[in-house]
Amino acid sequence: MTTELFEYLLRLGDNSLVLGHRLSEWCGKSPILEEDIAISNTALDFIGQTQLWLGLAATVEGQGRSADDLAMLRDVWDFRNLLLVEQPNGNFGETIMRQYLFDAWHVLLLDGLTRSHHQEISAIAQKVVKEVRYHIERSRDLVIRLGDGTPVSHEKMQIALDRLWPYVGEMFDVDPVEHTLIEQGLIPDTSTLRAAFDAEVLKTFATATLTLPSSNFAHLGGKSGKRHSEHLGHLLTQMQWLQRAYPGATW
Amino acid sequence: MTSEQDIWSWLSDIPDPEIPVISLVDLGVVRGVEWASDHWVITLTPTYTGCPATTVINLSVDTALRDKGLENFVIKQQIAPPWTTDWISTAAHEKLRQYGIAPPSAAGGPTACPRCASDDLERISQYGSTPCKAQWRCRACLEPFDYFKCI
Repeated sequence: MTTELFEYLLRLGDNSLVLGHRLSEWCGKSPILEEDIAISNTALDFIGQTQLWLGLAATVEGQGRSADDLAMLRDVWDFRNLLLVEQPNGNFGETIMRQYLFDAWHVLLLDGLTRSHHQEISAIAQKVVKEVRYHIERSRDLVIRLGDGTPVSHEKMQIALDRLWPYVGEMFDVDPVEHTLIEQGLIPDTSTLRAAFDAEVLKTFATATLTLPSSNFAHLGGKSGKRHSEHLGHLLTQMQWLQRAYPGATW
Repeated sequence: MTSEQDIWSWLSDIPDPEIPVISLVDLGVVRGVEWASDHWVITLTPTYTGCPATTVINLSVDTALRDKGLENFVIKQQIAPPWTTDWISTAAHEKLRQYGIAPPSAAGGPTACPRCASDDLERISQYGSTPCKAQWRCRACLEPFDYFKCI
């Protein structure tokens, strides 16, 4: 059970870490000042959440590693984040679409995790879900404003949705790691969250005048670590640059 | 002998690093001061998980208590129950207003402009200069201001 729990906590921590890093790439470069501030604040929330999840992962593992060790000293094949969050930022609309798809799932997942029989998991989820409700409020609002905006913004949002939709299925794919933890009452069964997710996004996309892709084909391999996209390696070379150039550096 | 009351009083003199007009006790991040057989346990809770002020708050508490001559204490972090803006004291609401920050309100937005008290307000962004604030603007005096958003 410890092995599965460690794996799962890496998934939660790596999702936050990789997405937080992606969002931080916008810092100073967003279309307008308010969005720059919002996106950087969201990145900060994710980095804070990473410290909690990877901190707990390190404790569960019991090998003397810290959250920082897990974040900075692992290479691509040891990362357990969803393929969705490692996708490049693209244009601003693509970043917002990626965020909305993640947020819509994240809120439901965290709500389920608040009822975990694992005390620390439940405590972290109760803390984090409050921040994440603000995330989805903003990403949903922007998807609607850009989707139902000008012909140019509409087209960009439709392209973003078509491109990112194949990464949605992985969020609801339950593998043996998750099965074990579901049976112990430690995590919710994400496949049961799909109906609520679909209801949320269908309503938003209808208002945003966006068309849902007809295929539910899903790319898999991120959270299992079996097949990350080529983008994660490039991201890590930036994020882990300091520790790679100066191993063990602290300040 | 140091009393629990002394420690609470020292802590209530430590300003929040981002909003110095209110203290850590006003902010509601001090969750407990307890004597554990041979040392004091000061329990703190973070506001937002990623708020950089959390580290500074720990350091401020450590420094302030040592300055008062206290040595046998530990600072404990606690995240459950999660911090909520409801824990900000009533007195602090007034201090925030005078400082130019609209205090959190159950309505989900500010009730009045902290400068001119007008209720003709508009939201600029749900995110602001720190994780805990949103940006609003007063349509009467046209001044932008921070709103301490509820969590």
